[in-house]
Amino acid sequence: MKFRVYRYDPEKDAKPYYKDYDVKLEPTDRMLLDALMRLKAVDDSLSFRRSCREGVCGSDAMNINGKNGLACVTNLNDVKEPVELRPLPGLPVIRDLIVDMSQFFKQYHSIKPYLVNDTPPPERERLQSPGDREELDGLYECILCACCSTACPSFWWNPDKFVGPAGLLAAYRFIADTRDQDTEGRLDNLEDPYRLFRCHSIMNCVDVCPKGLNPTKAIGKIKDFMVKRAV
Amino acid sequence: MSALPVRKFDAVIVGAGGSGMRASLQLAEAGLSVAVLSKVFPTRSHTVAAQGGIGASLGNMSEDSWLWHMYDTIKGSDWLGDQDAIEYMCKMAPQVVYELEHFGMPFDRNPDGTIYQRPFGGHSANFGERPVQRACAAADRTGHAMVHTLYQRNVRARTQFFVEWMALDLIRNADGDVQGVVAYEMETGDVMILQAKVTVLATGGAGRIFAASTNAFINTGDGLGMAARAGLPLEDMEFWQFHPTGVAGAGVLITEGVRGEGGILLNAQGERFMERYAPNLKDLASRDVVSRSMDQEIKEGRGVGPHKDHVLLKLDHLGPDVILKRLPSIREIALKFANVDCIKEPIPVVPTIHYQMGGIPTNVNGQVVAPKGSDPNAVVPGLYAVGECACVSVHGANRLGTNSLLDLLVFGRAAGNHIVGQNLRAQGQQALARDAGDASRARLARLDGASSGESVPEVAHEIRKTMQAHCGVFRNQQLLAEGVRQVMDLDARVARTAIGDRSRVFNTARVEALELDNLIETAKATIVSAEARRESRGAQARSDYPNRDDANWLKHTLWYRDGSRLDYKPVNLKPLSVEAFPPKARTY
Repeated sequence: MKFRVYRYDPEKDAKPYYKDYDVKLEPTDRMLLDALMRLKAVDDSLSFRRSCREGVCGSDAMNINGKNGLACVTNLNDVKEPVELRPLPGLPVIRDLIVDMSQFFKQYHSIKPYLVNDTPPPERERLQSPGDREELDGLYECILCACCSTACPSFWWNPDKFVGPAGLLAAYRFIADTRDQDTEGRLDNLEDPYRLFRCHSIMNCVDVCPKGLNPTKAIGKIKDFMVKRAV
Repeated sequence: MSALPVRKFDAVIVGAGGSGMRASLQLAEAGLSVAVLSKVFPTRSHTVAAQGGIGASLGNMSEDSWLWHMYDTIKGSDWLGDQDAIEYMCKMAPQVVYELEHFGMPFDRNPDGTIYQRPFGGHSANFGERPVQRACAAADRTGHAMVHTLYQRNVRARTQFFVEWMALDLIRNADGDVQGVVAYEMETGDVMILQAKVTVLATGGAGRIFAASTNAFINTGDGLGMAARAGLPLEDMEFWQFHPTGVAGAGVLITEGVRGEGGILLNAQGERFMERYAPNLKDLASRDVVSRSMDQEIKEGRGVGPHKDHVLLKLDHLGPDVILKRLPSIREIALKFANVDCIKEPIPVVPTIHYQMGGIPTNVNGQVVAPKGSDPNAVVPGLYAVGECACVSVHGANRLGTNSLLDLLVFGRAAGNHIVGQNLRAQGQQALARDAGDASRARLARLDGASSGESVPEVAHEIRKTMQAHCGVFRNQQLLAEGVRQVMDLDARVARTAIGDRSRVFNTARVEALELDNLIETAKATIVSAEARRESRGAQARSDYPNRDDANWLKHTLWYRDGSRLDYKPVNLKPLSVEAFPPKARTY
């Protein structure tokens, strides 16, 4: 199978280049990650992140034939040859398919990604109705792979100012949690021309999310909260 | 050689999965300076892949008690578990689950607002009488929800993470005190000494020593290799759990929660064969029992598929509502890795390596212990181990489902509290051992100096193939003895590896070569311990010694790297506060 892979090692390459590979796959190779492991066995200098190989750890996000996705859950039957692999767009490249995700995590951390509840907890669990718990479905499953934020033009232009779809999904995950007491603080934190409102509902995030989540919808709900408290 | 740079902390934690982050939380909230190293961003740790639930006798569904949980765990362990540690874990279980809920964990809920609990293998009410719903679940993503919640809570506590740093070796002085680790920063290739008053190993399991494994690529037994090279023993390494339901061919985990929700296993004749092997708990018998039964069915020609090499997990009768609500990720996995929609069709499954019951020996505080003089459990100063890399031992010869996440929480927290109790801030750092860092530098220098040699992926592949063929579900003397010989040959090949990649920047070939040093120690410990144990107990099933032999083998194995020497120590059959559960026949 034929691949065209973005290569860059700052120690020896003046600039990035593409390297072509033609690798023999085994019948058991099912996913793109399996093929990448074959490539690496031939050329051990090819660098990429990987861990769980089942789409839950979020390590092996990359740009596959122009679209962000996880290598481990991308079926080889679904990709056209030569498969062009590039690092996630919009973030600094450390080497080959490995990007520097500092800016992405900085935005995630900026939304206070933890439950805020200052009342002393009861001896047992805090109660939450099944209906209230359902509000968190589609929000808490995020794996922080960054496929969404690095597919978002608003994040490309303002990665330092716009929180991005992953961070905003997390922000709404806590706003929507009946156990969280900091909705006002969370809205204040996003009340700014960039942090939330740079989302123009382009919906690339929804298109690429490997977990089928919908950050645009969550962002819309945060905007609704903003409007409601303004009136 | 010039000296390595040194950074100093009160505590260094190696590993940022469930146990490492539960420990770091206690330390950071107590104001200690703590460095948490992880090969991957914390939420990518393998805890994230746990699915089914956390065992705790909350009693939200029906009456339950920690004593019943304790009995189930001891019986599940085939009496090899230490009853003091098991009592501590089961008693603490409700508290650590409530804490996690208070941290924001999105557990599923019952109509009354309490945490939803599902049935799981080997968990029973009233000492084996009937199944009980004890597994606290967040759909079939419990590990994901837990590791994210713990990371989030650590963000709040301002824990300092060293992301994409790999620990290479422990530093011990002449007295045997542990003084920190030598660590390798992947992005820059820099090597540094992280000196600490206390070092915690929380590196997880080593399931990647087998070819067919549910484990992530990062599970290479790094803490085990570090401990072994530092002269410390590894305990009960022959006991490896085969999870009954890995997707056939792919190895990806299908939670026992599927059977907890009512799924059943079928052979080629469409027979629910577990009724024959475990008339009482059936498909929810403990994992070693179910895996052996499946293997037996396949061996006797009742396997499914063109090669009759797997069985079927049927869950379509649960209906789309239950599947979509309680098992959404399972449906996703089955679609992606088995090409089946489990709402309509069964999933092809085989027993697959999943969990390492053994590990670095510790006491209930998480302190690493090793024989010294007449004391089989003398504390190794400055060193703790928690989670799957540790052997406390609560799982004995076979772990019950849901007890792994529980183990991470209970002993991560216990170790954290014990460390906080030592008032480290008032203590100075010891003088660093004069040879600190030499061993790691020698490993790196050998690798960098090797212009040709054995291929790392090839040797790793051979280790996995050998372990799979010689140390599988059913074992015998001939298989094991030949396996020991082959693994020892591979040990020599590991010492001769070479890599092509010469870059300092994010050199993953170098990382994989360093991991191989840990894989081989784990493989040696496993197969040498298995060869020596001439009995069947829990996950160690020997066709030449089919029975449990309490007279000779009710004892823990200790393996030492030096000469692959074995030693043994007694099982603690004395709980902390209740009557002991003496060994008896184990049926489900």
